[in-house]
Formats: sequence, C-alpha cells, structure tokens
Amino acid sequence: MIIVAEQKRIFIEHTLFIITVILCGLLIENTYYLQIMTFIGINTLLALGLNMLMGYAGQVSLGHAAFYGIGAYSTAILSTTFGLSPWIALVCAVGGAIFVAFIVGLPTLKLSGYYLGMGTLGFGMIVNITFREWSSVTGGSSGFVGIPMLELGSIVFEAGRSYFFLVWAVVFVAIVLCRRILNSRMGRALRSIHDGENASMAVGVNTHFLKLQIFMFSAALGSIAGFLYAHFVMFISPDSFGFMVSVKMVTMVVIGGMASVWGAILGSSLLTLLPEVLHSFEEYEMIIFGLILMVVMIFMPQGLTRGLIDIYEHSRKNSNRIKVNNKRAN
Amino acid sequence: MQEIIQYLFSGITTGSIYAVIAVGLSMLYSSTELINFSHGEFVMLGAMGIVTIWVHLALPLPLAFVLTVAAVAFMGMLFERLAIRTAKKHQPITLVIITVGASILLRGVAMIIWGKDPFSVPPFSSHDSIEIAGAALVPQSLFIVVAAFILAGAIHLFFKQTLTGKAMVACAVNKKAAWLSGIPSETMGVLAFIISTGTGAAAGIFIAPITMSSYDMGTMLGLKGFCAAMIGGLGSLWGAFAGGILLGVLESLGAGLISSGLKDAIAFILLLLILYICPGGLFSAKISKRF
Repeated sequence: MIIVAEQKRIFIEHTLFIITVILCGLLIENTYYLQIMTFIGINTLLALGLNMLMGYAGQVSLGHAAFYGIGAYSTAILSTTFGLSPWIALVCAVGGAIFVAFIVGLPTLKLSGYYLGMGTLGFGMIVNITFREWSSVTGGSSGFVGIPMLELGSIVFEAGRSYFFLVWAVVFVAIVLCRRILNSRMGRALRSIHDGENASMAVGVNTHFLKLQIFMFSAALGSIAGFLYAHFVMFISPDSFGFMVSVKMVTMVVIGGMASVWGAILGSSLLTLLPEVLHSFEEYEMIIFGLILMVVMIFMPQGLTRGLIDIYEHSRKNSNRIKVNNKRAN
Repeated sequence: MQEIIQYLFSGITTGSIYAVIAVGLSMLYSSTELINFSHGEFVMLGAMGIVTIWVHLALPLPLAFVLTVAAVAFMGMLFERLAIRTAKKHQPITLVIITVGASILLRGVAMIIWGKDPFSVPPFSSHDSIEIAGAALVPQSLFIVVAAFILAGAIHLFFKQTLTGKAMVACAVNKKAAWLSGIPSETMGVLAFIISTGTGAAAGIFIAPITMSSYDMGTMLGLKGFCAAMIGGLGSLWGAFAGGILLGVLESLGAGLISSGLKDAIAFILLLLILYICPGGLFSAKISKRF
C-alpha cells in the first residue's frame, strides 16, 4: 500500500513538473526570461548531481565545477577544433568526465571530512589552472569562441524556446534517473553510508565502490550540464568553472535543502535568479549576495525547503497554543 | 646555481608569508574545529589597510602596522560574534558556507572602499640589496622572514607560557573538560578568531610590497594557506609554518625552472600528493574526521 501511494505521489509530482515546464516554455515570450530559465535548468543538473553525492552519500565535493568544465571544454574542443558532431562530442565528454572521476575518486574518496573537501578542492583548482594555462588547446584565460549550435535532424537548438525545452527535458530525465537510483538497493545503501559508514560496511555494503559509483554519476551529470552550457552560450572561459563556481554548486545544494530532489531545483533557481535581481544594485551586488548567503545559513541551516516548513509548523503550533490558551481563559 | 639560489631567496620570502597565513588557519582550526574560508579576505584587508594607513595617511610604519592588525582583528572578532557564534551548533558544511558568504561580503566591501584598481606599496626598507653567491638578497625579504619567525615564535610562546594560551590549548584538546575546569571556552573562541585574523592581517602587510594589492587578492592566498596548513598537518603550529616555507620554495623553483604557468598549480598538486600519501600532513600523525 505504502509503495503504491508513494508511486502515485511521484507520478503526480512528475506530471506537475512536466506541465509547469511546458506552460513556462509556451507562455513566456520574453527571450531574457527563457534564457534565465535555461540557466536554471543547467544549474539544476549540477545541483542534482552534487546532491546525490552530498545529500545522500554524505560526501562533500568542493571541486565539482571541474566536471562541469570538462564537459564544456571537451565538447568545445571536439566540435569546434576537430569538427566532430556535437553528439559524438557529448559521448566523449561524459565518458571523459566519468573516467576522470574514476581516477580521481579512487584515492580521494578514501578521505573524509575536511580532508575530502580539501582533496576535491585541490583537484578542481588543478583542472581550472589547466584550462587557463593550456592555451594552445583551450584558448587560455581569454576563453574559447565559436562553439557551434546544437542540431538534431532539422531542428536547430537556438538560445530561446527550443533550447529551454531541450535543457528541461534533460533535467526531467535526470530527476527520474536520480529517483530510480535512490529507490533502488543502491539508494538505500547510499543513505546508510550517510548515517554511518562503519555500520553500513558491517552489513556488507562495499562503501568505497559505492561512493566511487555515485561520484562518477554526479560527474556525468556535471559534464552533461557543461555540454549544454557550452552550446548555449557558445563561448566559455576558465572563470565559469573556477573555485567560486564549485562553492556556488555546494551552496545550491545546501540552500535548497540537502537530500531532496526538489530542493536542488529550488536552490539552483535561487542562486541563478539572485545575481540577476542584484544586478540593479551594481556595486553592492557582492555585499548583498554575501549577506543573504550568511543570513540564510545562520538561521536556516537545514536549507530553505526545511527552514520554511519549520517556520510554517512553528507558527501553526503557536497559533494552536494561542487558541488553547484562549479557550482556557474563557 | 646562482639562479637556484635566487629562486630559493624569493621562495623563502613568499613561503614565510604563506607560513603566517597557514599558522593563523591552523591555530583557528585547532581551537574551534572550523576552517575559515574567509581567512584570505582578512589577509587582503591587512594589505589594503597598510595601503591606506601607511601609504595614503603617511603614518609611521610601526604605528600603521599595529593599527592595521588591530582593525582587522577587531573585524575578525565581529565576524565571530555576529556570524559564527550564532551558528555554532550547525553542521560543518553550513559553517563553511557561512565563511564563504563572509568572504564574498568582505570582498564586496573592499571593492567599494578601495575600488577595483590594484595598489602598490613601496618597500619597507630602502637599503641596497646584499649579494650572496651571486644572487641578490633584498633586505626587505630578510625583514619579512625574520618578522614571520618572530610572529610564529610569539604565538608559540603564548601557547606554551601564558595561562590564557594554555587555556586555549585545553579548549582545543577537549572543550567540555576545559569548561568543567573553569575555562570560559566562548571567550577562548573569540580570542582564537582575534589572533587568527590578526596574523592574517600581518601576512597581508608583509605581502603588500611584494605584489600588487587588490580587493580580489585574498581568495588565492587563503587557498594556498590551506594547502600549506594541510601539508604541515592541520592543527600543528610549526607544521603549518614549515608547510608554508616548503610550499613557497617549491612554487618558486617550479615557476622558475619548469614553467611560470605552473606556479599556482604546484600548491594544489602538492596538496593532493600529501593527502594521498600521508593525509595527516608531514608533521602530524593525527587524522581528523569531520563532516
């Protein structure tokens, strides 16, 4: 019964999600809004991947922008410099990211705590410096120009409505995939690592291999996001994949609320919209952004999803108490 | 040979600055179990402070030094009181994001106060350079290295000889036991922040005449400070110091002998190597488990 109810709930959520996306895509005419919603989709992919790693497996990565960058640069180099079809480049980009994640994850995921954070941070910085310094291939710090548009048969994905649908279709597939993984045996094993690595090892979970698998999965999602980003803006530079971007990804996951698929969407929407809104403050943009980040984390450490629910429940409890008190007084 | 000695000189100079940054970070970690991602920004504030107080207001150097360190340490205290203490019971990852938020905030403030253009600071001493084995040693480098050693020595003495310092060590070892024996652990936390951000400011002052100072110089310095602290072993004072010097020397040699593009990567390659081979750091056996 519970499983049936759960499946029903997921089905309703997914239907609502698809309807919202289609409505947004069809009703919004303003290209600027569509563009921002596309960025939200790309960032959601990043947050989803990192959320699997951080929220469910409990492993922090401060260098995830590296995979984002690997995805973007692989497709840029393969499709522009070598003239391959972007779809072949996509396969190579994802394959490359998974391979790098395997090589890096093998030793790094043995670390824990701040040491894991620093290890992933170091990896991210090295990848970013490679983008910047290997200028004969990557274009160096001035960036990589002239990335072609995506084409599928007769459809050309231009910045605008078609790209919006493409990105959100990928997001939907990613959400379904994440949920399938989480509801499988692997997902349960994953959560057991989060609660206690030694305990899950004791009941026979191969924790190291599982962490590595999920690291590779989130790397794959990151590289797909990078692929979509590169063909969307058609210009990439190392700054888009630096340390601050990694931090921003972590922030999306934490602010949205860890271990929640919808939290990832909320977090990425907020962190994409906030800078756009703050643009009007010009010079004060950074100050306000930093302040908001600090205040939210200080007062809602569980993230906004959890924090807002808490506030709601708290106020309901309070109003109930007032009602009870009033009755007593009467 | 002459080149290598020259690289060594400049490596030890920048290394001792990394060392001071690493000492501040490492000390803060051992007393509060917090990694402060805004530490680099306090270093930046130190450098910008000396630009304003010494270069623009033309106060005497020792006074400017003291004023800058005091001002930055005061900001560190404010940061602890307003942000960190309110959020003390949160998970480490939320604390990390709070410090990142603080670093963005401080960078934004610095951008408004000092603008986006970099500043240069004249050397602290105008003596001629000394020649050793064909390589030139600028007296300023000597001054920086000696000052870094004095600073680390003073912190060492503070922890070993004074009652307050010992109380801080006690807090670092076991907060509850320290509290039971009558040590106000909250005051010690504030003190740790004051000392850590103060040394950060000192590092900023040392680095100001060597490179250009701008509002966004802090992030990279902070990250290299982490690398140095990790190389030496988080939580160990002289380990962090040695890690800083080692990092500076290797960076300078790598940039000079292999490729200058490699300069920034060296710190992180070293960090990964240390983490894979001996995660506790070169000079510490303790392995920490957090998050």
